Amino acid sequence: MRPSKLDRLRDSATPWLLPAAILLGWQAAVTTGLVSNRFMPAPLDVVRAGWEAGRTGELWTNLGVSTLRALAGFVVGGGIGFALGLANGLSRLSERLTDTSVQMVRNVPHLSLIPLVILWFGIGEEAKLFLVALGVFFPIYANTLHGIRSVDPGLVEMGRVYGMSRTELFTRVVLPGALPSIFVGLRYALGIMWLTLIVAETISASSGLGYMAMQAREFMLVDVVVLAILIYAALGKLADALTRQLERACLAWNPAYRSA
Amino acid sequence: MLLDAVRREALPDLGPDPRPAASAAPGRALAEPVGRGIAVTVRDLHKSFDGNAVIEGLNLFLPAGGFTAVVGRSGCGKSTLLRLILGLETPTGGRVDLEGSERSPRRSEPPKRIMFQEPRLLPWARVVDNVAVGLSGHGTRAERRERALAALAEVGLADKAGQWPATLSGGQRQRVALARALVSRPGLLALDEPLGALDALTRIGMQDLIERIWRAQGFTALLVTHDVTEAVALADRILVVEAGRIALDLRVDVPRPRRRGDPDLARLEGRILDHLLGSQPTA
Repeated sequence: MRPSKLDRLRDSATPWLLPAAILLGWQAAVTTGLVSNRFMPAPLDVVRAGWEAGRTGELWTNLGVSTLRALAGFVVGGGIGFALGLANGLSRLSERLTDTSVQMVRNVPHLSLIPLVILWFGIGEEAKLFLVALGVFFPIYANTLHGIRSVDPGLVEMGRVYGMSRTELFTRVVLPGALPSIFVGLRYALGIMWLTLIVAETISASSGLGYMAMQAREFMLVDVVVLAILIYAALGKLADALTRQLERACLAWNPAYRSA
Repeated sequence: MLLDAVRREALPDLGPDPRPAASAAPGRALAEPVGRGIAVTVRDLHKSFDGNAVIEGLNLFLPAGGFTAVVGRSGCGKSTLLRLILGLETPTGGRVDLEGSERSPRRSEPPKRIMFQEPRLLPWARVVDNVAVGLSGHGTRAERRERALAALAEVGLADKAGQWPATLSGGQRQRVALARALVSRPGLLALDEPLGALDALTRIGMQDLIERIWRAQGFTALLVTHDVTEAVALADRILVVEAGRIALDLRVDVPRPRRRGDPDLARLEGRILDHLLGSQPTA
């Protein structure tokens, strides 16, 4: 069993080789003076900045505020998108009524609404919640609708012939069939969620990660700016990993998602 | 000598039952009393799609417990006939009556089942749960599961109960679909070219399995197929459908179990093929 353990270790280490090499090269470039640390702080400086911000609690406060905003916006926008996607996937009437309007609004870049949103809500929480919810809504809506549309009609007919009730047909055939597509929407939405939030916080906020980065820029604290960017990367990776776990649990029947 | 009772009219009287007495489900606690087949009467059936007549004034009587095969060239309306009998399509005219369903007083009791050309298993449900779909709305979860396991054992797949359908071979999936169709002990089983997508050896194995279960359970079987060999191997009556009507109605009185390559079967098969090819429109 020893070689297989070794193999597994090697397999799990492989994705991290490249980032590690980049970090080492970066550190070397800064310490040898190849790159001025006014433009690019050394990795160790960034770690130090992170430690400082963590010690004063500033980092955790901002991180908490941002996460809460992101999740609130996601729940509201994703919830509405999911519900409308289901409704339009299951009912022709509902689709005829709403789909054209949704498609029109979809083509407006939601970040272009920032000036309007600031006029409406000021720089309070509502502005961020509104923008995140709007950004998250479309990928969830479009993929839920597409997922329900692409459920194999043969399976639906089978369910009907075999005496499934409407509820059973939905929970046992339509929803599981739409799930892979819904997950695609979920992953897109998570990316858009962070993007929207950071942009909104950078432009108009008095707390949060985006605000922290903007403050640091004012005082030329390059290490804090880079720290903020690295935290975005980590948060993105975390969201992606959680979705993957969820996919693996929910789509275990699908050979494409089965873990090795 | 044995064959060829060609009749264009309904045959409500088949005489003595050609099948050996059904001796199924020996003491299986959960199995319902052996389901006897239900008879099907089709009167002056018409069906058209967008003005194109597919079935034109078709009359038919299927006696309870019989095994009838419907063959015909593609587009002749044989699949439509089956879907009409199953109630998957509404007839444009005429009617389909299923008799014998009064044996099951509960309205939800499923008297008829269909097996499609594709297995149509739910990929996200385990094999045993797929079979339990055949019992939708019946009994408790545990009861459904137990009956599903018994049905799986009947088609020889008891050891696959916990697997995902994606891990099974094509033949195994079709056996799961057969178990799902039979788990509720239907009185009528319609088979819509269910073996068309299987390789030759698997198909023969499936034919034997279907014949064995039919003899054990005694349901009425209606098989739609384009494979004349399959029709003569399985059925005790063969209908050739042409242009929405029954063009030929043959009895197959070859005793069971039938041997493949039996000269009587071969002669009958040749006759049906001659008819089908002879009626080919000049191209």
